[in-house]
Amino acid sequence: MSHKSVMPGFRPTIGLTVLYLGLVVLIPLSTLVFESFKLSWDDYVHIITSKRVLSSFQVSFFAALIAAAVASVFGFITAWVLVRYSFFGKNIFHALIDLPFALPTAVAGIVLATIFQPSGFLGRLLNEFFGLQIAFKPIGIVIALIFISIPFVVRTVEPVLLEFESAMEEAGASLGATRLQVFTKIIFPNISPALLTGFALAFARGVGEYGSVIFIAGNIPYVSEIVPLLIVIKLEQYDIQGATAIALTMLVISFLLLLIINLLQFWVRKRSGQL
Amino acid sequence: MNTHSISHPPAKGHGAKQQQALQDPNWVRWSLIAIALGFITLFICLPLGLVIYQALSKGIEAYWTALTQADTLAAIRLTLLVAIVTVPLNTLFGITAAWAITRFEFKGKSFLTTLIDLPFSVSPVISGFIFVLLFGAEGWFGKLLATYDIKIIFSAPGIILATLFVTFPFVARQLIPLMQEMGHQEEEAALSLGASGWKTFYSVTLPNIKWALLYGVLLCNARAMGEFGAVSVVSGHIRGLTNTLPLNVEVNYNDYDVVGAFASASILAGLAIVTLVLKTLLEWKQTSR
Amino acid sequence: MSIILSDISKNFGSFAALHNINLEVPEGELVALLGPSGCGKTTLLRIIAGLEHTDQGSVIINGENKTSQNVSQRGIGFVFQHYALFRHMTVFENVAFGLRVKPRHTRPSNEIIKKKVHALLDLVQLDWLHDRYPDQLSGGQRQRIALARALAVEPSVLLLDEPFGALDASVRKDLRLWLRNLHHDLNVTSIFVTHDQEEAMEVASQVVVLNHGHIEQQGSPSEIYDNPTNAFVSRFIGQTNVFDLDEHDNEWLRNVGIINANSTGRIAHVRPHDILIEKSESHQDATATLKDWQHLGALIRLELVKNDHHASKSLFAEMPKEQFKALALKIGDVVKLKIRHAHWFH
Repeated sequence: MSHKSVMPGFRPTIGLTVLYLGLVVLIPLSTLVFESFKLSWDDYVHIITSKRVLSSFQVSFFAALIAAAVASVFGFITAWVLVRYSFFGKNIFHALIDLPFALPTAVAGIVLATIFQPSGFLGRLLNEFFGLQIAFKPIGIVIALIFISIPFVVRTVEPVLLEFESAMEEAGASLGATRLQVFTKIIFPNISPALLTGFALAFARGVGEYGSVIFIAGNIPYVSEIVPLLIVIKLEQYDIQGATAIALTMLVISFLLLLIINLLQFWVRKRSGQL
Repeated sequence: MNTHSISHPPAKGHGAKQQQALQDPNWVRWSLIAIALGFITLFICLPLGLVIYQALSKGIEAYWTALTQADTLAAIRLTLLVAIVTVPLNTLFGITAAWAITRFEFKGKSFLTTLIDLPFSVSPVISGFIFVLLFGAEGWFGKLLATYDIKIIFSAPGIILATLFVTFPFVARQLIPLMQEMGHQEEEAALSLGASGWKTFYSVTLPNIKWALLYGVLLCNARAMGEFGAVSVVSGHIRGLTNTLPLNVEVNYNDYDVVGAFASASILAGLAIVTLVLKTLLEWKQTSR
Repeated sequence: MSIILSDISKNFGSFAALHNINLEVPEGELVALLGPSGCGKTTLLRIIAGLEHTDQGSVIINGENKTSQNVSQRGIGFVFQHYALFRHMTVFENVAFGLRVKPRHTRPSNEIIKKKVHALLDLVQLDWLHDRYPDQLSGGQRQRIALARALAVEPSVLLLDEPFGALDASVRKDLRLWLRNLHHDLNVTSIFVTHDQEEAMEVASQVVVLNHGHIEQQGSPSEIYDNPTNAFVSRFIGQTNVFDLDEHDNEWLRNVGIINANSTGRIAHVRPHDILIEKSESHQDATATLKDWQHLGALIRLELVKNDHHASKSLFAEMPKEQFKALALKIGDVVKLKIRHAHWFH
């Protein structure tokens, strides 16, 4: 398998890598697949098509989709502002973008729930002026997932914006384009693959997110119950089969999303001439 | 002095128009900055501030009492234990994996790289669930473990395993792109000068990757200490025994102990801020060198 | 120390990088491995160094078979194309590295290391930079430090991969001469890789021309230039006018003296300075027209178009400036050519 190379250490490092990967990741993950073999196809379909499971998938996917879309818009603006403009306190804002990566999800969960609950700081304001309730409703899930999504979008778009050749803009300008035309016809087409990747990453993360959501969601079956929570509930009811069926479906969807993201990134690299 | 005579007067109309096409108008610039800052303030600064506000809402004494509760202290101890076990293991793995992947050509290399990233795309709940399937009472090894009276699920080993899974890719992910970009000429130079493999790694590779390595360790540690979903599934929430800090936040919050919940949360938020500060410093170090 | 390579072959997948290379480098020579990019010259150098394994054949350095020996035990000095200086170490530590990593029982004391490193830095005339870091040096300085570092372990053989490739033209000129003189003083058997024929001719005492993974010719620079053994070498070393008997007007070729009693092939290569030019008075006996000319320092290069029925490429001749002045040629003048010497290939 290995090419003879003068670099030392191929056997021990590849051996250790594969062994550790197998023990920590592959064997545990494969149990989910093997466990699902205990289920018949009919059982599986029965579990997955039950109303509560279907509505939880609906809630998870719609919330993640909306959140990723909102985060894409604002994340793009944020990345643009951070790369193109300079203003007071920019470095601090720049560092804070990664907070959702660094802040434990449980902390994010209770904080967002506290802010948006009817007696909370923003919850009261929104309720008084717009009659809008966010916490314990599906929209609360969206809010939590937007928080989680921000760094995915910003950190994917930012490097592409940074490397964007201003000569292309200058060429566009020299050919008589207006600023809006330069943006829509030159800048945006070059950034959009990265934005799409950021969107997909945020979406994939949002579908599986648990900690930051459960505190603000209210977790009402058929209304604001997300898939990961349903797995936990099945598990607490010792319904291993139910949990396995739902988890396997989630896993397959995640891998499909991973595949799509990889293809997207491949496409981005190819377009930008790195391949 | 007569060089002036050949300079043309600036072509005002055209030049200004070109500038317009290259720069955003001021009103666009300021409204975008306002939108971005508003968005970040609402979603990031406000939550961060609220942790501190809530933790201290009943005064510093109540905060201190909440922090020094036996259950909280036990949670801190368990969280540290988890990090002390998982971070070094995943660091060691990250280094060996990065070395194998970036220093050799072999079949299935890109597949291996994808597999390393796998835990990132698995929902945290599923990351915990698979260990319940393996080691839980009804799990594959449940009976075997029961006969020897070994407890993995609902105890520290299960929490450590789930955390190991979740934080698995962090270090490798930081190192692989960097070492790929570095190439191996410096290492070849060291070998050609008679250095052994270990010596080459220690005195040539390691100094070049140390900031990225440290950054990876930092992220790995932040996640190890802060993981909630996976740990929540395997822990069983036994107070004083199997609650990590994030679980302690949840338990207190569900008990309407706001100060207690936010006191634990403030430690984790502090950890996040320290992580961000160190990260910024490391990035600064790496670009300045 | 002599180097003998026998039957070296190397494949990368299905691509044959080197094919049955046999090469002998006598002690003390300064050899250039010359060839176009992709010809396998760098691979050959890395095989000699032990940075690459051979598929077949053996590397013998000073009578010892080193084929399976690891690069770190081979005792060679290697100067990398982009120098590969350790960027986190000072110049001094870079040069000292090879001494510091010796096994304890053969490792010199700190005193001796210090003395030796400073002596080497003196040799490359850069001792004043000893406490700088690589990214504070210019390209030429890095190159010399890389050389000092390779020399520190007293290598039996010095190998240099495109040693001047990444340098500015002016620095390159100076360093070439400097390397040649340094080799003269040290007398270490040295091999360097280059794609620049001028560089090979100027620096090396022996030139090995490689193409498509095999050796086309080996010899001193003048041997290679004056007696190329095949069309590739002739074309690769210096400028050449190519005349193909199947394509050209044989009548014309006979007139200018290319075809004569000694003609032995179908293709004639003629060096620009082997074309003699006389001004022609009448159009009848003229064989070419001056299309353009350029200054090349002391020489003038003339671009000529043949006066025959075939529309064909320009040919190039060279003559000293004074001679060109004496002829008083203008663009559009007709001239008579006389070919002094041609190399024939099949």
